[in-house]
Amino acid sequence: MQFWIIQGLNSLSLGALLFLLSSGFSLIFGLMRLANLTHGAFFMLGTYFAAIALRSFDWLNIWFAALGAGVAVAVLGGMFERLVLTRLKANPLGQVLVTLGMSFIISDACLMLWGGDSIPVPTPQNLQAPTRLFGFIFPTYRLVLVALATGAAVVLHVLLERTRLGAMIRAGVDDRQMARAIGIPVSNLFTTVFCLGAGIAGAAGVLGGPILSAYPGLDADMLPLALIVVILGGIGSLLGAFVGSFIIGFTYTFGTALFPELAYIILFLPMILVLAFRPQGLFGRVNA
Amino acid sequence: MTDAVEYALEVVNLRKAFGGLTVTQDVSLKVRTGERRLIIGPNGAGKTTLFNQISGDLRPNSGLIRLFGAEITYLPPYQRAHCGISRTYQIITLFAGDTLEHNVSLGLLGLRPSRWQMWRPISFYPDMRSEARRALDAVGLLHLAEHPISDIAYGERRRVELAVALAQKPRLLLLDEPLAGLSNAERSTVKSLIGSISRDTTVIMIEHDMDTALDLAETVTLLNYGRVIVDGPRDVVIADERTREVYLGG
Amino acid sequence: MKWIGAALIASALLLPPFFAGDFYVNLASQILIAGIFSLSLNLLVGFGGMTSLGHASYLGVAAYISALLTARYGFGHGAAAFISVTGTVAMAAFFGVIALRASGLGFLMITLALSQVLWGLAYRMSNVTNGDNGVTGLTRPSPFGISLDRPAAFYWFTLIVAIVAFLMMAIFVSSAFGSSLKGVRDQPRRMAALGFNPWLVRWITFVYAGFWAAISGLLYVYYHKYIHPTSLSTTSSAEALLGVIAGGAGTLGGPAVGAALVLLLKNYVSAYIERWNMLLGLVFLFIVLFMPAGIVPGFSKLIAAVRGERR
Repeated sequence: MQFWIIQGLNSLSLGALLFLLSSGFSLIFGLMRLANLTHGAFFMLGTYFAAIALRSFDWLNIWFAALGAGVAVAVLGGMFERLVLTRLKANPLGQVLVTLGMSFIISDACLMLWGGDSIPVPTPQNLQAPTRLFGFIFPTYRLVLVALATGAAVVLHVLLERTRLGAMIRAGVDDRQMARAIGIPVSNLFTTVFCLGAGIAGAAGVLGGPILSAYPGLDADMLPLALIVVILGGIGSLLGAFVGSFIIGFTYTFGTALFPELAYIILFLPMILVLAFRPQGLFGRVNA
Repeated sequence: MTDAVEYALEVVNLRKAFGGLTVTQDVSLKVRTGERRLIIGPNGAGKTTLFNQISGDLRPNSGLIRLFGAEITYLPPYQRAHCGISRTYQIITLFAGDTLEHNVSLGLLGLRPSRWQMWRPISFYPDMRSEARRALDAVGLLHLAEHPISDIAYGERRRVELAVALAQKPRLLLLDEPLAGLSNAERSTVKSLIGSISRDTTVIMIEHDMDTALDLAETVTLLNYGRVIVDGPRDVVIADERTREVYLGG
Repeated sequence: MKWIGAALIASALLLPPFFAGDFYVNLASQILIAGIFSLSLNLLVGFGGMTSLGHASYLGVAAYISALLTARYGFGHGAAAFISVTGTVAMAAFFGVIALRASGLGFLMITLALSQVLWGLAYRMSNVTNGDNGVTGLTRPSPFGISLDRPAAFYWFTLIVAIVAFLMMAIFVSSAFGSSLKGVRDQPRRMAALGFNPWLVRWITFVYAGFWAAISGLLYVYYHKYIHPTSLSTTSSAEALLGVIAGGAGTLGGPAVGAALVLLLKNYVSAYIERWNMLLGLVFLFIVLFMPAGIVPGFSKLIAAVRGERR
């Protein structure tokens, strides 16, 4: 029974991380029609930041690190968007290719700077003691992650549904031409959303550190998961990203635990099923 | 086939909505075989949306479409071409880098089994080439057959669009604003071309400018806000008060 | 002018075994293999308008099947090659159905996800694929009893396959079907209205591209006598895509030139710089930003400009 509980919680925490990662991806894709293949690398930058900074600076706690990484990665993303992506407005394929190129650059840079070994990220001190609930023992940090992701989902939802920025984003997702026609500053909006998505990915990377550790190839492991979540959940849909993340979290965790060698196949079964019957994803409105 | 089917096209209670906006509201019409029908209405009346549902580019939310008696409501567009529907577009969608002859040949190829053939180029089919040239000749553009589309004038491109559609010898021809953007001279050329189409082809045209295509039409359907307002022989529709209302906003 | 170009290409292809040392002959073989692979990808990207980031899957799977069948299960090369190609084509048929549920970026994402899944499988199913160690101890086939172990012999074999591949793909692309493919790439709605079935045209092309990728996969494993999960990786697919785009997608010869350049770059650069991936990324950025149409179109424009100035 403990096994199922633990795997269940692991699923939830993986789902939480995936949501943080893929919400940004989904927004960027939905608004900018850009498959940002750098997204995994943004996440990994956050994890490496956590690994290095948290070990070097005793006074730094993981929450500040997440904030710091989020801002730093957002800035990096913003520069990339302004300097490179905007020049390729007429070339959507080119945009994807440069994000791929950028992901190679970032991942190799990490390899170059921090070597090929996996660097663990310490779990915050005050969350190291396990929690007892209903007679079972839960790793506290993972519980906190799930709470954080849910909180982030709520914040993002409020942002999208209740703020002017959110309204502009939703308008842009629904109909970019029309949004431009009614005066929404689409270009600035793009930069904002890209920064937001990148920043969330970076922060997520920090938060995922204690669970995943920083290692070369983390970006290549996370990106396909984000892709599958977004295809499954539907592009541009926050609810889709939320639901999809947890479906994948459960599928991957239980799959790896029960059938370790087939985990990857089990992983993409939900995606195939959804594509077969509902190509726009569970909650999407835009066709992939 | 002993008797020809009476109606080339029957649309029954067609409805199409995009989110909260209903663009086609309970539209019904019947077009007789060989008829020349003009669909008119102000901008936004839903004419092109209606066409798109007839050609298969859009799926209606409810309702029925019958082509020569056979139901085609949810048939994919490419199969409708094989059932005898051809269309032209409001925005010219020819292949700009290719020659006029190649463009028409593609139209011919679309209905032939040889479109699946993977070793001989189109130019190796002499019968297709001569048929393409004949189609271009019929619209007066044979002399430009070897030129790329990008070289020729807008009015000439409209004629090529027509040639491509006619080359398929369609039973039902949908013309979406065929006279749009043409000079007076070009307009009369295209009009006479449309007028000379054989009666084996039923023609349905969309025009939003009422005067231009009226003399080509035998029957007229007036659409506004997605509904059929008036439907019937040309002179009856012109004389109808509601027609004037729609166009003058009365 | 055309004849000079043809003569140059012919000599570039025919001379190496006679004048160059083993290292260069081997390099030439690798270039030919990469050329076939890039051309197969170009059927999708340049002529079909379908950008795939998972094409290396087909090369890798074909290579792995052949490797495992010959090394582990004692199959002869002929049978292994047949099973390998058939299996890979079947996989392409299946993946094509999945990937073509979407188009454009959705298609790209699905091909990427699918290829990552395969890579993960190759990496983790160690008892089948030997995981990170790869499959070693492979041999080259001996068609008609002729050994391909010497560089020159292998080169001639590869050259023959490459010429056949190039010709068949060129014929495919210029055929009536090829015209419909290009039409569907440019105006899918219009083509559907004319009676073409866009999905089927794309799917057939996807499978055919998978076929030639499988062929290049066989040549690849014969050449290296070794196969490793990296050959299935996204980096591998990305290199091929770079070759296609750098060389000029939608031209026949361009991708082969691009593939050659990427391979040469990789070979020479990795001797001096460890960070090949970073360089690859930078080259991607450079090409996309400053030479989006690729080298071959850029070059022909240059020649046309020079000629124009002479008059």
